[in-house]
Amino acid sequence: VKYVDEFRDAALGRTLAAEILGAVEPGRHLKIMEVCGGHTHSIYKYGVDDLLPTNVELVHGPGCPVCVIPMGRVDDGIAIAREPGVILTCFGDMMRVPGSDGTLLEAKAEGADVRMVYSPLDALRIAKSEPDREVVFFAIGFETTAPSTALTLKRAKAEGITNFSCFCNHVTIVPPLRALLDSPDLRLDGFIGPGHVSTVVGARPLEFIPADYGKPVVVSGFEPVDILQSVLMILRQLGEGRCEVENQYKRVVPYEGNLRALEIMAEVFALRPHFEWRGLGFISHSGLRLSDAYADLDAERRFAVPGVRVADPKACQCGEVLKGVIKPYECKVFGSACTPERPIGTCMVSSEGACAAYYNYGRFAREREVV
Amino acid sequence: VSTREAKVLGIIETARSKRPKFRDERITMAHGAGGKATSSLIEGLLVPAFASPALDALGDAAAVTVAGAPLALTTDSFVVKPIRFPGGSIGELAVNGTVNDLAMGGARPVALTLSLILEEGLPADVLREEVEAVARAAATAEVAIVAGDTKVVERGHADQMYVCTTGLGHVDGRAALSPGTLRPGDRLLVSGPVGAHGTAIMLARGEFELDATIVSDTRSLWPAVDALLEHAGAGLRCLRDATRGGVASVLNELARASGVAMLVKESEVPVDPAVAGAAELLGIDPMHVANEGVFVVAVAPECAGAALAALREVAGAERAAEIGEVHTSPTGMVLVETAFGGRRVMDQLVGDPLPRIC
Repeated sequence: VKYVDEFRDAALGRTLAAEILGAVEPGRHLKIMEVCGGHTHSIYKYGVDDLLPTNVELVHGPGCPVCVIPMGRVDDGIAIAREPGVILTCFGDMMRVPGSDGTLLEAKAEGADVRMVYSPLDALRIAKSEPDREVVFFAIGFETTAPSTALTLKRAKAEGITNFSCFCNHVTIVPPLRALLDSPDLRLDGFIGPGHVSTVVGARPLEFIPADYGKPVVVSGFEPVDILQSVLMILRQLGEGRCEVENQYKRVVPYEGNLRALEIMAEVFALRPHFEWRGLGFISHSGLRLSDAYADLDAERRFAVPGVRVADPKACQCGEVLKGVIKPYECKVFGSACTPERPIGTCMVSSEGACAAYYNYGRFAREREVV
Repeated sequence: VSTREAKVLGIIETARSKRPKFRDERITMAHGAGGKATSSLIEGLLVPAFASPALDALGDAAAVTVAGAPLALTTDSFVVKPIRFPGGSIGELAVNGTVNDLAMGGARPVALTLSLILEEGLPADVLREEVEAVARAAATAEVAIVAGDTKVVERGHADQMYVCTTGLGHVDGRAALSPGTLRPGDRLLVSGPVGAHGTAIMLARGEFELDATIVSDTRSLWPAVDALLEHAGAGLRCLRDATRGGVASVLNELARASGVAMLVKESEVPVDPAVAGAAELLGIDPMHVANEGVFVVAVAPECAGAALAALREVAGAERAAEIGEVHTSPTGMVLVETAFGGRRVMDQLVGDPLPRIC
C-alpha cells in the first residue's frame, strides 16, 4: 500500500536499528513511554522490540480510548441502550468492555439494539434513516476523535435532526500525562508523543514535559519505521544533553495543530470539572461534556443514566498497566482469569490496549529461537 | 524473559491446550464468527454431546465408510448478507462451500442436497436467480443436486433467504490426509491471494464509503485438490478450507492438532493490493478475513515444489504460494515473521469483525 509500505521497510528498519545501537549508552537501561495505544499496537504487531537493544525498554502509556473508560460509564451506556426505542451506536471494541453487569454485546443478545459504527457520521445516518427511533452515539476517545464527534453534532443541529444524541466520554491527553509524571512510582527517560492527538492539538501542549519535568518528547507516526526513528531521536537528545519537543511526524502534525478542529471542539464541548478514568481515578479537567449550546443533543440529559461510580474488580490492575508501572504479564489475572475471550479489564479488550497487544501478538519468549 | 513472564506464558499455553469450555449465557454474534467463541461452542457443547469419532476429528468433512466404500459427508448453512455481492451470490456460495469441504477431505464431490428457508415476501425473481446460480455452480463443480426441502417463515423471521446444503463425496484413493500428522520441516502453502471474499462482502454492504473493485473468490476447489493429489499425493498431510476466521484460524487449528509450531513469512503471503488497502483502512488483518476459494496445504518438504507447481497450473490457483514452515517449538503456536523484520504471534480472532459472511 503506497505511503504506508515505505514506513514498514525492513532495510530501513535495520539501518535505524544499527543507529540506535550506536546511540545507546552501554550499560544504561532506558525506559521510554509510548503514550498512545496506537503505538503499542504497532510495536507488537510489527515486532519492533526485536529490533531494539535489550537495554532500551518501551513502556506502554495511557493513550488507549477504550482502556480508560471506567465501568460506571459502560453501565450508563448499557442503561441507555436498554431504553425503549433506542439504537445505541458505538465503535466495535466498546461492545466487549465489561460493565458491572455484562457488556453491550450481551445487552444486544438480550434484545437491546446496539450497532457498531466506524464513525459518528454513520450514527447520524442511522438517525436520519430511522426517524422513529432515538439514536445515541457512545462517543469515546482523545482529541483525535473528538473533532469528528463535534462535526457530527454540528451537522445534526444544522439539519435539525432531533432523534440523535451523544453520550460523551471524550477525554484529553495532557491531564493524565501530568498525573503520570507526578506519580512517584515511575521513572521514565523520555516519551514517544501521541501522533494522532497531536494532529489536532499540535505539539505545543506537550512542551510542559521537557519544561516542567525535564524529559524529552518526540511526536511520532505509527508505522514501525516512525517508531524506531523516534526512539533514535530521543536517544540523541539524551546523548547530546538536549531536552525538547521534537516532531518526527511532520508529514501530518503541524506544531500549532489543526486550528479549525480546535475551534469546532471549543464550540461543541466544554471541560467537565473532573472525569473518572479506569484505574486512575478522578482527574480534574480531563473530560469533555457537550457545551450548553449543544445540551439538547446530550444523551446524559435526555435519558436517566444511573451515573453510579463502580469500583474496578479487585483483581484488575488496568490502572497500573495504563500508568506503565507494571507490564501486562505482571498483572495478577493476566492470561488466567483475564483473556481476550473473557476480559476483566479494558486493557485486554481494546486492540490498542497493552494487555491485548501483548496477549495477541507478543505472547512468546522473544530470545528463544524458533526451532 | 523474566521468570515471571515465562511462568505466565506457561499458564496461558496450558490453558489454551485444553478443550475450550462453553460457558456463555447467551449466543452472541461472536459465536458465529469462526474464531475462539465458535471453537468453544463446537468443542465445548456440540462435540461432547454426540460422542462420535468421525465428528471428533473436526475435519471440514467427516470420513464415513459404507460397505467398504470411503465416503466424505459434510453440511453447511449460508446466511450471507447481502445475498448478492461482487463475484457471486448465496446460491453459488452454497454449492462451492459444501463442495470445498468435501474436497478438503480429499473427496470428489458426488451429490448435494439443497434446503431453502425463505422469508415471506421474497420476490420470486430473486429466488429464481439464486436457483439458477445453484444450478450453474453445481454444473461447474460437476456435482448433482439430488434432494431438497423448502420452508417459508413469516416476514421478519429470516432475512430474505437462507440456504443449507449437505454434500456427499467419494474419498480419492490417492489421498491420505489427516490434520494431526504435520511434522517439523513440512511446508505451508496457500492456493491464492487471501482475504478477498470477506472484504468483498463487507464493501458490498455499503457501510463504508470505500470504492474498490474487490471480487469474491468463491469457486470449487476440487480441480486444485485433484491436481495436488496427482502430483504430490503421498506428501500431502492436510488440506483446510480457509473460510471464516481466515488463514490464521486454520493454521492455529492445525498447529494445535499436530502439537507443532508454525512460522509464517508475512512477505510471502499473497494479498491483492485492493484487499490490502481496504484491510489497512479498516484495521483488520487479511489473514483473519474469510475466503471462499482459498485453502491451506500442509505438505512434506520434498513434495512442496511439485505441489506448488501443480497448483499454479489450475485456474484460480495461479498465485499459490509457499508462506511458511512447520517447526517444533513453541508448540501449538503460529508465529509470523513480519515484513518489517520483527516477529509476533498470529492467533485466532476473538471478536467478530464481520458477521454473516457466508
